[in-house]
Amino acid sequence: MTAWTRVCEYTDLLPERGVAALVAGEQVALFRTFDGMLHVIGNRDPFTGAFVLARGIVGTRGGAPTVASPLFKQVFDLRTGECVTEAGAAVPVHDVRCVDGVVEVRLRAP
Amino acid sequence: MNELVVVGNGMVGQRLVDALHERDAGSAWRITVIGEESRRAYDRVALSSYFDGVAATELDLVGAGCYDGVHRTLHLDEAVTAIDRSARTVTTSRGRSLRYDALVLATGSAPFVPPVPGRELPGCHVYRTLDDLDAIRAAAEAAARRRGGRAAGMVVGGGLLGLEAARALRLLGMSPHVVELAPRLMPLQVDEGGGALLRRLIEALDVTVHTDCSVRRIECDRGRLLAVLTNELELDLDLVVFSAGVRPRDELARRAGLPAGPRGGIEIDASCRTPDERIYAIGECAALDGLSYGLVAPGYAMAEVVADRLSGGSAVFGGADTSTKLKLLGVDVASFGDAHARTPGALEVTVNDPVEQTYAKLVVSDDATTLLGGILVGDASRYPMLRPLVGAALAGDPVGLIAPRGSAAADAITMPDTAQVCSCHAVTKGAIREAIAVSALTDVPGVKSCTKAGTGCGSCVPLLKNLLAESGVPMSTALCEHFGHSRAELFDIVRVTGITTFTELVQRHGTGRGCDICKPAVASILASQSRAGHVLDGEQAALQDTNDHFLANIQRNGTYSVVPRIPGGEITPDKLLVIAEVARDFALYTKITGGQRIDLFGARVEQLPLIWKRLVDAGFESGHAYGKAVRTVKSCVGSTWCRYGVQDSVSLAIELELRYRGLRAPHKIKAAVSGCARECAEAQSKDVGIIATEHGWNLYVGGNGGFRPRHADLLLTDVDTATLIRTVDRFLMFYVRTADRLERTASWVAALDGGIDYLRAVLVDDSLGICEDLDAAMAKHVESYADEWAGVLDDPERLSRFVSFVNAPGVPDPSVQFRTARGQRTPA
Repeated sequence: MTAWTRVCEYTDLLPERGVAALVAGEQVALFRTFDGMLHVIGNRDPFTGAFVLARGIVGTRGGAPTVASPLFKQVFDLRTGECVTEAGAAVPVHDVRCVDGVVEVRLRAP
Repeated sequence: MNELVVVGNGMVGQRLVDALHERDAGSAWRITVIGEESRRAYDRVALSSYFDGVAATELDLVGAGCYDGVHRTLHLDEAVTAIDRSARTVTTSRGRSLRYDALVLATGSAPFVPPVPGRELPGCHVYRTLDDLDAIRAAAEAAARRRGGRAAGMVVGGGLLGLEAARALRLLGMSPHVVELAPRLMPLQVDEGGGALLRRLIEALDVTVHTDCSVRRIECDRGRLLAVLTNELELDLDLVVFSAGVRPRDELARRAGLPAGPRGGIEIDASCRTPDERIYAIGECAALDGLSYGLVAPGYAMAEVVADRLSGGSAVFGGADTSTKLKLLGVDVASFGDAHARTPGALEVTVNDPVEQTYAKLVVSDDATTLLGGILVGDASRYPMLRPLVGAALAGDPVGLIAPRGSAAADAITMPDTAQVCSCHAVTKGAIREAIAVSALTDVPGVKSCTKAGTGCGSCVPLLKNLLAESGVPMSTALCEHFGHSRAELFDIVRVTGITTFTELVQRHGTGRGCDICKPAVASILASQSRAGHVLDGEQAALQDTNDHFLANIQRNGTYSVVPRIPGGEITPDKLLVIAEVARDFALYTKITGGQRIDLFGARVEQLPLIWKRLVDAGFESGHAYGKAVRTVKSCVGSTWCRYGVQDSVSLAIELELRYRGLRAPHKIKAAVSGCARECAEAQSKDVGIIATEHGWNLYVGGNGGFRPRHADLLLTDVDTATLIRTVDRFLMFYVRTADRLERTASWVAALDGGIDYLRAVLVDDSLGICEDLDAAMAKHVESYADEWAGVLDDPERLSRFVSFVNAPGVPDPSVQFRTARGQRTPA
């Protein structure tokens, strides 16, 4: 487990849009959902190997917050990292918190 | 390998070649086809569409690669002159001698010209081949020029073909006379009641009908023709077309000693074989039990039988459905089964509506439980539902089937599995249902390509939709789990309510927070309203697919490509240099696109604004290659340079591209303008295709390359530039408003009930009363256009999105790696 890394101001984040960040050498995708919640998953799309998930469309599937890969549109649950359109695939999920308006991310051990 | 010689390359002869090619995977037969016409097989049924501006090439029925010169060879402009049955050879007009193991005669038929004195005079024509049509057109134009007005024409024969010919003369600007020996028009297909209505409808179209009448003689009269009818009328004419039926072309077979039927036609048995076991005859030249069929469907069925026999099968020709449905001069006529109630005891149920101008008759069995046949005039929309019911037990009162209007969906369900849905290709309801289930088909184009149903005359297409629905294919129009509406419905909601944000729309009319399906669709709808501002403003930014969000096209390694707009494909050397310098400085892989512009690949997110700064400064604009939007208007150089060009295609292409740039749509839109009929811009494969004519422009719509290629349909002929642009405006706006998400114009046009005719009615005749609205919407689009990339560069807030990492904006994505191929960078 790594330490918390300061990433950006909460207000830098647009609702329902992601950004990519570098945390301890890893590429992560950070999202602010419509309800104000923050989620962080790995930025690598497991289906293509491209680091693009931060650029996907954020939405919901049956109440779960999701992002769709911009390449082939597989949908991932932002809370669990699991792919909801193709069973078996998943991306890592990381910890995120907001301290005094600053967003911090901590990598979870794989 | 066995040698097969086919005499005749008409529709039926070609069908045999195709059917055998399909079955004969091991190539047991080497096929040689001898065709007498100079053109290879074409759609003779659609012959008169030639006068609508449909090019001869569009009527072509020969698939690419059909004649490879090895397994299948075609010789045109060559007639078979003799058959030597003992030597098993044929001799041709070019002196060729060909040996055969099997010989198929598909010589078709010849027009019957009644023995009228004067029928050999110049100005007298028949109506059978494209060459005949060319001759008729030339004669009409020459007469019009000579007289400085309209030519006058007469058609001898008021049957199906005669009325087709009358339509052709109408399209050539004449008000033709039609002379029919029988007491009514189309005597074989319709009865007295139907014939009376048909005559009224046809006469309203400026055609003069003479029934119970024939031509006594034709004579030369001061450079024109004078026809004297048996009703003592004398007509001054420039042109006479004989289309009084056809006679089987059996002379070659007769000379070879093969027997002919009492009314002509090469005698065949149910296996389509002549008494010589190596010789078959199919189509209009053949006669089974003394009967020849003058329709294509029985000919096709015979071709299938022979293909099966040549492949070792034992298929038999079981007689044929002589049902017909056609639009004659815009008047629907259909006739099917025992239309004239010749079955003993048959009853007739008739609905004759003089107000709606429709006539419908059903012929039923004496106990009124079985449908035997029928006639429809004025409105044949029920034909696809009724014809398959022939021979089937009726569930209720037969009159309910013709009045009042029944629901076609319910009718499809009551149809038995053995009922033939597509009579052109003999496809049953059962076969279609099986294909839907086995191949998991979900739409009409899928059914068409899998079963061939609906690819002939097209009249059964509405039934295919119903069969899909009946097979449990979800036909829900809901966009996704967040909206129960179709895209068109959402478009109307947004237009009427004035809603400008996704949040308001989903809260009031949907559930949840959207997804990758509905968000870009709503973004496109909002963008089409021309009141939404820049695509990256406010909440809209979060709706966009990554391509729209970064105004570039994502590639497989996560980088983007950049396409500046090059209207009409015309570019100055100086601007070309700018593109070259930008590509070199950012090490972008460079490729020329099919849309006559230049694609620059391998740009990282943070490089996009730097690249575009240089491009915008040099006068370039966004090419919208990333958007579901108007892409390019491709053009040939046209009359500016080309010795063949008849109009200035480049200027028009540029005008159109600038007019429609930035227009957001359900899918991408491509267009092209060709400066002459040689079609170098490939306009017929585009959503909007324009081809120059001597007098103006022909407008084609709904074409497509790509996954499911489709030739565009001809919408307008010989129009001026203003009319053209007005119609394209309306076409695009109508499509933008009503098409489904990700539906290209090709499938949108194909799915419109009534097809291109309906579209023409809406866009030209304003049948829905929406043209003013469509025109206003397009005017607003044109007026509110602004370059999206300039809009990004001017705005620090928008520019701030273009960073690699939010906490390390200057660090390039380390995962993006390149290698070099042919002197350029490509993804590693």
